[in-house]
Amino acid sequence: MTEHEKTEHETTVDDVAGTTADDTTEADAALVAALRAPASPDPDGDDPARLAALHARLERAAAAEGLDEIAYREIDSPYGSLLLAATAAGLVRVAFAIEDHERVLATLAEKVSPRILRSPARTGHVARQLDEYFAGRRRSFDLPLDLRLTAGFRRSVVEHLPHIPFGRTESYAEVATATGSPKAVRAVGTACATNPLPIVVPCHRVVRTDGTIGQYLGGTEAKLALLEFEGARPRR
Amino acid sequence: MTTEPFEVIVQRHGPTVLRVCRALVGGDDADDAWSETFLSALRGYDELPGDANVEAWLVTIAHRRSIDLIRARARRAVPAEEIADRPAPARSGPLGDLDLLRAVAALPDRQRQAVAYHHLVGLPHEEVARVIGGTPAAARKAASDGVKALRERLGAATQTAPLTRTTDGEGR
Repeated sequence: MTEHEKTEHETTVDDVAGTTADDTTEADAALVAALRAPASPDPDGDDPARLAALHARLERAAAAEGLDEIAYREIDSPYGSLLLAATAAGLVRVAFAIEDHERVLATLAEKVSPRILRSPARTGHVARQLDEYFAGRRRSFDLPLDLRLTAGFRRSVVEHLPHIPFGRTESYAEVATATGSPKAVRAVGTACATNPLPIVVPCHRVVRTDGTIGQYLGGTEAKLALLEFEGARPRR
Repeated sequence: MTTEPFEVIVQRHGPTVLRVCRALVGGDDADDAWSETFLSALRGYDELPGDANVEAWLVTIAHRRSIDLIRARARRAVPAEEIADRPAPARSGPLGDLDLLRAVAALPDRQRQAVAYHHLVGLPHEEVARVIGGTPAAARKAASDGVKALRERLGAATQTAPLTRTTDGEGR
């Protein structure tokens, strides 16, 4: 689209210059170029700061009308950048950097709503609780969760996981039994691998029966680090 | 229906829409025009067809919102010439982008709109005509007249300090 517009623009610049003889001055070409792209650096320019202030204003106005159906922000964590996305119902998605935040947002736009706005204010309480957790001052999360991205058996697994306390682990088989389907051990693995709310919903506390850690959507290194941080003594 | 996150639209088009708003309503009301434009866009975002030209859609919204703002300003009885008829201040340095946009804001309505939508945004004359009404030929004429008027107004400035982009090299 952008390429097309550029081409369109180049031809129309020529058109304008060619319409009347006295339009074909160098001053016009310079003027038209300056109109198309700002001459920079502008002595009065404060565009980045101005645009940031305008964005904050848009966030407030959108929140007041309930138009930001998904509000998100990114935070730094010991496990890399984390994406936090929330709906009016609660936290709907936590994503590691290796999941590709842009792709995660595109998926949210498709599955939930394209009315997605970066809004640090609306996700501030989530960021605060995660910061407390990473600093060792919080052992469980007290947040409304929007579980619409998980359903059926996977959802019942996701609902069970917060009952595994900080610093403890359960095996995939134990989780299967706890959710009433003792034979569904592999399905528990799938449920953990597709957990839309890692860390907050602690799928990292589910390990293999022999105590080795198993897969993790944030990478096995992150799972190991999380379990060690919680003092769970995992085995590779 | 479109499925691109709205934030992507804000990041991609926010700077251009700000320049358009400055050119349409002047610097003082540009923030209001920008905010109204993106808030309206967010309201109607779920009705935007997936194959729509997002830039043309945003221009249409900015066009309507700025007309509203200019009308509201007139009702508040703030003298319009305060913004419109103030010539770009003489300066020794190169003509800045804000000076240029201020000069566009001082053009008559249709010239101002045609110059903003065709030259600032890069919409073809047919699209501009759809937004401002009239024929594509009339839109082309308005844009051409607008550039001519700008050149006359900014003539001295452009002669002493050519409007060069930094990529063309500085200090020419």
